[in-house]
Amino acid sequence: MNLRSATIAELRAFLDRGDISAVELTDYYLDRIDRFDKSLNTYITRTADTARASAIAADKVIAQGKATSLTGIPIAEKDLFCIEGTRTTAGSKMLANFKAPYTATVSTKLANAGAITLGKTNMDEFAMGSSNENSYFGPVRNPWDLNRVPGGSSGGSAAAVAAGLCAASTGTDTGGSIRQPAALCGLTGLKPTYGRISRWGMIAFASSLDQAGPMTRSAEDAAIMLEHMAGYDPQDSTALAEPVPAYTSALNNDIKGLRIGVCQAFFDTDLDAEVAAKTREALRVLESLGAKLIDIALPHMAYSLGAYYVIAPAECSANLARFDGIRYGYRCENPEDLQDLYTRSRGEGFGQEVKKRILVGTFALSAGYYDAFYGRAQRVRRLIKQDFVEAFNQVDVIVGPTTPTPAFGIGAKAESGVDMYLQDIFTISASLAGVPAMSIPAGLVADLPIGLQLIGNYLDEATLLNLAHQFQQATDWHTLIAPEAP
Amino acid sequence: MSIPAGWQVDIGLEIHAQLSTQSKIFSGASTAFGEAPNSQACAIDLGMPGVLPRVNAAVYEKAVRFGLGVTGTINSESRFDRKNYFYPDLPKGYQITQMDEPIVVGGHIQITGKDQSEKVVRITRAHLEEDAGKSIHDFKPSFTGIDLNRAGTPLLEIVSEPDLKSADEAVAYAKAIHQLLTYLDVCDGNMAEGSLRFDANVSVRPVDAQDLGVRSEIKNLNSFRFLEQAINHEVQRQVDALTRGETLTQDTRLFDPDRLETRAMRSKETATDYRYFPEPDLLPVKISDAFINDIKDNMPELPGPRSVRFQSEFGLSLADAQLLAGDRGLGDFFEQVAMITGNGRSAANWVRGDLLGKLNEQNLNISESPVSPDQMGALIGLIDDDIISGKTAKTVFAALWAGETTQPAEYVKAQGLEQVSDAGAIEPLIETLLAEHPKQAEDLRAGKDKLMGFFVGKVMQATGGKANPQQVNAMIRQKLSP
Repeated sequence: MNLRSATIAELRAFLDRGDISAVELTDYYLDRIDRFDKSLNTYITRTADTARASAIAADKVIAQGKATSLTGIPIAEKDLFCIEGTRTTAGSKMLANFKAPYTATVSTKLANAGAITLGKTNMDEFAMGSSNENSYFGPVRNPWDLNRVPGGSSGGSAAAVAAGLCAASTGTDTGGSIRQPAALCGLTGLKPTYGRISRWGMIAFASSLDQAGPMTRSAEDAAIMLEHMAGYDPQDSTALAEPVPAYTSALNNDIKGLRIGVCQAFFDTDLDAEVAAKTREALRVLESLGAKLIDIALPHMAYSLGAYYVIAPAECSANLARFDGIRYGYRCENPEDLQDLYTRSRGEGFGQEVKKRILVGTFALSAGYYDAFYGRAQRVRRLIKQDFVEAFNQVDVIVGPTTPTPAFGIGAKAESGVDMYLQDIFTISASLAGVPAMSIPAGLVADLPIGLQLIGNYLDEATLLNLAHQFQQATDWHTLIAPEAP
Repeated sequence: MSIPAGWQVDIGLEIHAQLSTQSKIFSGASTAFGEAPNSQACAIDLGMPGVLPRVNAAVYEKAVRFGLGVTGTINSESRFDRKNYFYPDLPKGYQITQMDEPIVVGGHIQITGKDQSEKVVRITRAHLEEDAGKSIHDFKPSFTGIDLNRAGTPLLEIVSEPDLKSADEAVAYAKAIHQLLTYLDVCDGNMAEGSLRFDANVSVRPVDAQDLGVRSEIKNLNSFRFLEQAINHEVQRQVDALTRGETLTQDTRLFDPDRLETRAMRSKETATDYRYFPEPDLLPVKISDAFINDIKDNMPELPGPRSVRFQSEFGLSLADAQLLAGDRGLGDFFEQVAMITGNGRSAANWVRGDLLGKLNEQNLNISESPVSPDQMGALIGLIDDDIISGKTAKTVFAALWAGETTQPAEYVKAQGLEQVSDAGAIEPLIETLLAEHPKQAEDLRAGKDKLMGFFVGKVMQATGGKANPQQVNAMIRQKLSP
């Protein structure tokens, strides 16, 4: 019974067989968090007491033979999901002491399924960042190399799973915030179709792009998590009403004849040569499993980064206006008047990257600039969507690299905003189009994990998970374990 | 106040009508007025992190009903936008409204001036939006209180073309919209509770000028009187300034009803850039033809056509018809009474006379009338059947109003109020009177008809009002005839 590397599916078997109780499993992870999280900084808040109480309840359910696939499985939640009674910080000083009087739909669903929440994970402030260096609670370290970033913005969620500080975690992805840290930490991370998972209770960064998803050790685990996280929610008008398929039942479908689109543009940019080689190697594996590789074009992909960095900041400039020091959250000391209250509360409460994006977004929406920026970005977004619609007339899945490079050093890109933004060059177009995409481990480059990105058609998460699972049956990359932290 | 000679005035109104829904436009919190501050603001109204709006479907129905009422176009797809600005009573830092694609486009409404002249005012658009909360500045020295009960209350903003040429016309238009909104149960029309608020865009120009003048927007007028006063004072201010040779700048002003003046809040240069963009948390609003047709089929008859019908069907005067058709409840009440009695004019006289008088005296709405249409109808039936006189009917009405009875016929019987129509009972009375007043009898016979009233009155007095005056009249003439 190797708990350190165990997937949800394996833990399920241990729990159901009685090899271990949910309480023991919870204590196992809580103990590991105590031992290793000082150096990794993956958790902002630990919820040991409620976790143990949930574990006791889970053991009863398991004893009654009524366990779901998640009963008694200890997970971590990105600190962007509000959980009643637990503080939710969004990685920001602004919300350092914020407790919501409601719970995110995702968290409710996972809790109802019997999952045990160990705590809330570190993240880039308000999900803005690709390195987890933009957290008020300090940077998260990559378990594969403590001097490197885990990626972001769901860096804490990724590093916690990679370091064995939980069995799986939730993340959110606006432009790559699940897929990029999953790639950099050697995990499976899935960003579902926009609207597949409710956003209720998930603190907004860019509403038209934000999407929750699972971060796991395997495609099978991602399928298990997604089955519980997805579904219609009357509290989110943008949540899709389509029924949730049994993703786990489709994992072993034959992928013979599956049409895989390969877009040369993914390889033409500043892609690290070794990452490119590993990506091509993964494509050959898929080919050997019977998939057909077909060249496709995504003509407007080159414009995705520009469009994204207008649309996301524009939306965030409005979404973050509510943090004004009036009703909740950080308020400056002794404000002189209303203007002073606003400027100092927001000036002191937000970090640099957040302020930068609010400024960019405010500018992009300003009278006289709207058409040139926001309006044009929306037109580009429609063209990118159209690219995908056309591509999925020819292929079932599009496969390429998740990131241009493996994990970079802490501080290495902190100086240049654009270098950091380029981390998301491959992931952003799927976000803009709203199609599902996932990252799965595709090997090591210089002893650091890299990811293979699979992009699917609208609501076709099942095919992505099926393909990912088949790849993981044929490879061992996803079973590699990061070295134990000091 | 008349418009200064040599000038003409152009006014457009933006009317914010609070939709009479039970809950807010984007949350389930109650919209009831007058509750303890912040007791009716939920997490959505407070703009908490991670919460999302969801549209209360009742607002679509009301907006569509208004749109049909002004023969506007209902957009099959409209959209919500965010209007961004910081203010403590605006919890999210943006207002959800409809900027580019409102639910109602175009339309018009007929107004009647003080001189009964009629005019059609064009409506530009009507859109859905949420109200902000309330800042309470006299809360505590150097503190401002915030009450978010009103935050998220559904509003329909109705924008007119600058077709209004005087304060009188603006008020007539505002009243016509008020009447329509209440008629259609879109808004309760309660001005004292802020259910209807006006922003007036006012500009002046020389009578021979082609282009509109520079306008000022006077914000947040909450009564017809303030609307009239504010426009009149603003017109005078602008004319005075232009006469002095000054140049006006576009600005936003507030009306001070105590000092009777408008004061500039902000100029165009310092105006907020609202940075409108489509609200990503809400899907486009799709309104189907079936939905519109269903509402169309259930639209009540509107005041204008109803007034015309009241005149032709019941023979009412224009004034009576307009008055009774002007309020939906009053019109319904009248129509029921008219149907029961088959006597439209009597129904109109009683409803607009005794009933309305009593309702107004006690500040009651027609829906709160203690006398039902059935009772009113029964009462008029007793008069028409010559069972009681009009005078007795007033006694019976008073009893109905006071709740002393619910059945006019029974009450009349129990109180012995039936008219005395028995000629045998009245004849001796008449003979006695004529004998007692020979001089008057002779004058009446000679053609001094005024004296008829004297004798009828005496008979009525002697019978305690129970005699039928027409009958008494006829009998006297018969007695005096040679």
